[in-house]
Amino acid sequence: MDAQRTFGEPILEVKNISLAFGGVKALTDISFDILKGEVRAIIGPNGAGKSSMLNVINGFYHPQQGEIWFDGQKRQNLKPFQIAKQGIARTFQNIALFKGMSTLDNLMTGRYIHMHSNIFSQALWWGKAEREELQHRQRVEEIIDFLEIQSIRKTPVGRLPYGLQKRVELGRALAAESKLLLLDEPMAGMNLEEKEDMCRFILDANDQFDTTIALIEHDMGVVMDLSDRVVVLDYGRKLADGSPDEVRNNQAVVDAYLGVSHA
Amino acid sequence: MFYRESGDFKTSYRADQQTFPLKLDRWVVWLFIAFAFLVVPFLINDYWEKSVLLPVLVWSMAALGLNILTGYCGQVSLGTGGFMAVGAYASYKLTTAMPELNLFIVIILSGGITAMVGVLFGLPSLRIKGFYLAVATLASQFFLVWLFNKVPWFYNYSASGQITAPERTILGVIVSGPNAPPWATYLFCLTLVVILAIVARNLTRGRIGRSWMAIRDMDIAAEIIGVPPLAAKLSAFAVSSFYVGVAGAMFFMIYLGAAEPTEAFGIDKSFLVLFMIIIGGLGSIVGSFIGATFLILLPVLLKNILVGGFGWPTDLVAHLILMIIGGLIMFFLIVEPHGLTQLWRITKEKLRLWPFPH
Repeated sequence: MDAQRTFGEPILEVKNISLAFGGVKALTDISFDILKGEVRAIIGPNGAGKSSMLNVINGFYHPQQGEIWFDGQKRQNLKPFQIAKQGIARTFQNIALFKGMSTLDNLMTGRYIHMHSNIFSQALWWGKAEREELQHRQRVEEIIDFLEIQSIRKTPVGRLPYGLQKRVELGRALAAESKLLLLDEPMAGMNLEEKEDMCRFILDANDQFDTTIALIEHDMGVVMDLSDRVVVLDYGRKLADGSPDEVRNNQAVVDAYLGVSHA
Repeated sequence: MFYRESGDFKTSYRADQQTFPLKLDRWVVWLFIAFAFLVVPFLINDYWEKSVLLPVLVWSMAALGLNILTGYCGQVSLGTGGFMAVGAYASYKLTTAMPELNLFIVIILSGGITAMVGVLFGLPSLRIKGFYLAVATLASQFFLVWLFNKVPWFYNYSASGQITAPERTILGVIVSGPNAPPWATYLFCLTLVVILAIVARNLTRGRIGRSWMAIRDMDIAAEIIGVPPLAAKLSAFAVSSFYVGVAGAMFFMIYLGAAEPTEAFGIDKSFLVLFMIIIGGLGSIVGSFIGATFLILLPVLLKNILVGGFGWPTDLVAHLILMIIGGLIMFFLIVEPHGLTQLWRITKEKLRLWPFPH
């Protein structure tokens, strides 16, 4: 990214998070922030605690120590669906789509937090329920256009190839119109072309929908190209934090990835 | 004109989202409903009412209810018989306490009461899943039947322990009790079933239905997208129990006329409804109807053929029917676990490419 990008205040601040499962320390004293509008990467070797970090942000895990500040406010211990309502969406490392539903329905489910018609209105399909359904369909169709998945609109997602499933999952997260989007290895298992497409979608989503994105990825080329800032974890500790160039030249990071000679 | 899908274009999302997007489907359904409402009442006789039409309608309603819970929300329940008993006893208590109350309202209220009981027994679903939940609902089956046997207040202290449907009229026509004409009971049940089937379709295609299916397919992802598991599961239990309760009230009030819980609402009924939705198709409104019709009419058909046609002894045929149905259930589970609706869907897909599938 050549042009200097500037960002607003932090949307999410993680302060001194420690998480342990029994005697296993998954995260130790981690602090970093995510600024409004940026693409933030979280990298690290296997088992470094990246996914645990996302699970903490998501509310699946509750850390033993530390605070999370979201959108300028300290967050209490909330359930994942309440956190979704506050504006955090996410995709999973191993696809977690609703396999029995069509692409369209998966995306419409992404709109769940924005829909409010009551059960009686829905039972009659009349008034608010129908209006709401059409209105959100419009919004979902924009995302379908954006991701170029028009042709699979009504296909049950269980039948789609892997690459498309990943794309639909991104669509479902985008449909939530969240303030912060967490992507857990959006490019895992893809071929080069699919990766390039996915990169384009992520950058465009960041650009067009003003979504702040935090992503975990193992493909270093992708990480260095996409992200504005990178945080590096290893064994549950923070190794480095900074722009891709800074991180690339950080000796501790190089050691963690390539190993250190003990000679 | 042939049945085909091409050429039926939509220009608005409203048109695209309707229940039957194909014009021909719509016509067939409308004709079918018109036939059921306008023609059948003139042809109906006692035999058709008691052994074909009413059972199909009542069990379709129960299958609809269970399909919402099991097919759409993925929560297995073996308590259907017990919940039908709740509906039946609720309608009995309501209509004997308030004889003036319209039977239609009585039955809807019975559904409401069953919904509340269903929510109560649905609470464990938040902690337990799958087979374990099935066992928990099995407990509700036995508990409810025991309760209705044990507490005399439920059967108004009658000496036999039975409940008997009193005679009630709607718009001056008798619809319950032994003197009700076949066309009236049929029309009454048909109206309930058609209305509630449309409601079920609307619920399952909208926001709430998607939240159920999301919980069924991937509960973690559902929660991450903002679906509260508590609300989704309990609302599925409530709506499902409502339908099952209405089915129970219809079963007792209109069809049986008199009931005794162990006999009428036993565990075999819970399994029957479960088989219906498995054979018809889980997660499909039409599938509930197909499954119920299939399992109710097959014994009638076999009996007519084997006893009436071949002149075989009745007891032999009764046992043969049990074996044939058991065999069919196994056959379906192996060959087409998604039920008859899936079979229809596959047929359509094959025909779309026929005769050049490659």
